[in-house]
Amino acid sequence: MGMTMTQKILAAHAGLDEVTPGQLIKAKLDIVLGNDITTPVAVNEFKKAGFDSVFDKDRVAIVLDHFVPNKDIKAAEQSKTCREFACAHCVSHFYDVGKMGIEHAFLPEQGIVTAGDCIIGADSHTCTYGALGAFSTGVGSTDMAAGMATGIAWFKVPSAIKFNLTGKLPKNCSGKDVILTIIGMIGVDGALYRSMEFAGDGIGELSMDDRFCICNMAIEAGAKNGIFPVDEKTKEYIKGRCEREPVIFEADEDAEYEREIKIDLSKIVPTVACPHLPENTRPASELGDIKIDQVVIGSCTNGRMEDMEAAYNILKGKHIADGIRCIIIPGTMKILRECVERGWYTAFIDAGAVVSTPTCGPCLGGYMGILAAGERCIATTNRNFVGRMGHTESEVYLASPQTAASSALTGYITEYKEV
Amino acid sequence: MNTQGKVFKYNDNVDTDVIIPARYLNTPNAQELALHCMEDIDKDFVKNVEKGDIIVAGYNFGCGSSREHAPLVIKTCGTGCVIAKSFARIFYRNAINIGLPILECPEAADEISANDEVNVDFDTGVITDNTTGKSYKAQPFPEFIQNIIRCGGLLASLKAGESND
Repeated sequence: MGMTMTQKILAAHAGLDEVTPGQLIKAKLDIVLGNDITTPVAVNEFKKAGFDSVFDKDRVAIVLDHFVPNKDIKAAEQSKTCREFACAHCVSHFYDVGKMGIEHAFLPEQGIVTAGDCIIGADSHTCTYGALGAFSTGVGSTDMAAGMATGIAWFKVPSAIKFNLTGKLPKNCSGKDVILTIIGMIGVDGALYRSMEFAGDGIGELSMDDRFCICNMAIEAGAKNGIFPVDEKTKEYIKGRCEREPVIFEADEDAEYEREIKIDLSKIVPTVACPHLPENTRPASELGDIKIDQVVIGSCTNGRMEDMEAAYNILKGKHIADGIRCIIIPGTMKILRECVERGWYTAFIDAGAVVSTPTCGPCLGGYMGILAAGERCIATTNRNFVGRMGHTESEVYLASPQTAASSALTGYITEYKEV
Repeated sequence: MNTQGKVFKYNDNVDTDVIIPARYLNTPNAQELALHCMEDIDKDFVKNVEKGDIIVAGYNFGCGSSREHAPLVIKTCGTGCVIAKSFARIFYRNAINIGLPILECPEAADEISANDEVNVDFDTGVITDNTTGKSYKAQPFPEFIQNIIRCGGLLASLKAGESND
């Protein structure tokens, strides 16, 4: 029987010729990732179990990104735990304030992850790296601890849903609108336990940043992972960036998919997910007058260069509406620096926005943009659960950087129309 | 092994942000975290939960973040078991890895009501609602996962595996 891309990568890392959906396997890991919230729990478990070394100091990545620069004393203690562990075990991929980025923007940018990898991360959005043609999935801290100690993780081989993408996105849409449309279509558990395999001619029309964004939110449909085939754009992105050789896997012609869904990219419209689930999607144009208090442009979903560019193109030379707070968070130090060099940083400030150093901050209601009761935010982040960005009576609407920036100018949720 | 207690009932898509809000994730201390278990969905949960009690919920329980703090606080509060129609995959993994018993049983999740007195036998997968007198059978875990549970979690099972080699 033919295998999907995901199944082939898992088989290769398990040392097997073939795997089938439902099979339990033990696979070798290329990278084990953790952040400042999940690593301290993993460190406790690692110590409690009596492990004294990591399996490979070059295969563990610890990125401080959720609550840094530290928001309070307890958060500082958690960062300290990570720092001391990384130092004690000579973890080569340890990234602290000043060097770091939001982990899922940062690891691909730095070439720490590559095509053909098998990756676990103690963060649910670890599925982002599927954009590179890797198998990559979120796990908990105990899995991270076991992964750091042994370099191995157990997996149940997932069955797959194939998304056949055709056509080309309209100019006012991006990868975010694609993935929100898909989640709206299949629901927050529509891909539960499964892999989302993207295929079709339309893929070539999607930028790498679009693909990262699409794979990033595979978890919001319940998926184990999302994955794109490796094409010229992927190779171009990886070239000169990765420290390890990429391995290219292709799905077999006769691979089995539980379901195939056709997506015509030319039919995608600017889409917003309304509170309190990412599946509550509506076209931005149909929302009516929804007044907002805050705009957040950033996160592991949309804090990349193209997202900053989209925000810049809409905000430059203009001013955000009265009474709106607009927070822009470049995903990595490199992206932040680029924003400064290109004059975008100044343009954001002149438009009335604030620009932060990289952090997950407001996305998970950590700090840097918490909402009060009754307040409403349009955000390029990934979740709009009850209380996600602050008070349980606040609301988060999820959208693309184009829609978020356009909304900042009007004070209402506004579809971006190219001028 | 079994657990017995009263039922706390919730709907579909109970996410990890309501199980343990991120504003409290500035500590890895389970006891401290557990004071806020289910806070954003049920403010009285922590006050009312007693050892052995059971959470019954709909589809996709534990969706969202990978935070292991979620199953950890549920376990630390004394909850004996979570029964749901389905679990989000990372929560499912985390619960097994830290030794929080979970069972998938759509029929039981539909029919059992809040405050019912329920008994769960983990060896047989039989769920008995003492209030209504009805019994249900949950899907048993694969042998591989049963071994992790028997050992008391993933790391303990790895250690046990090491000593067998």
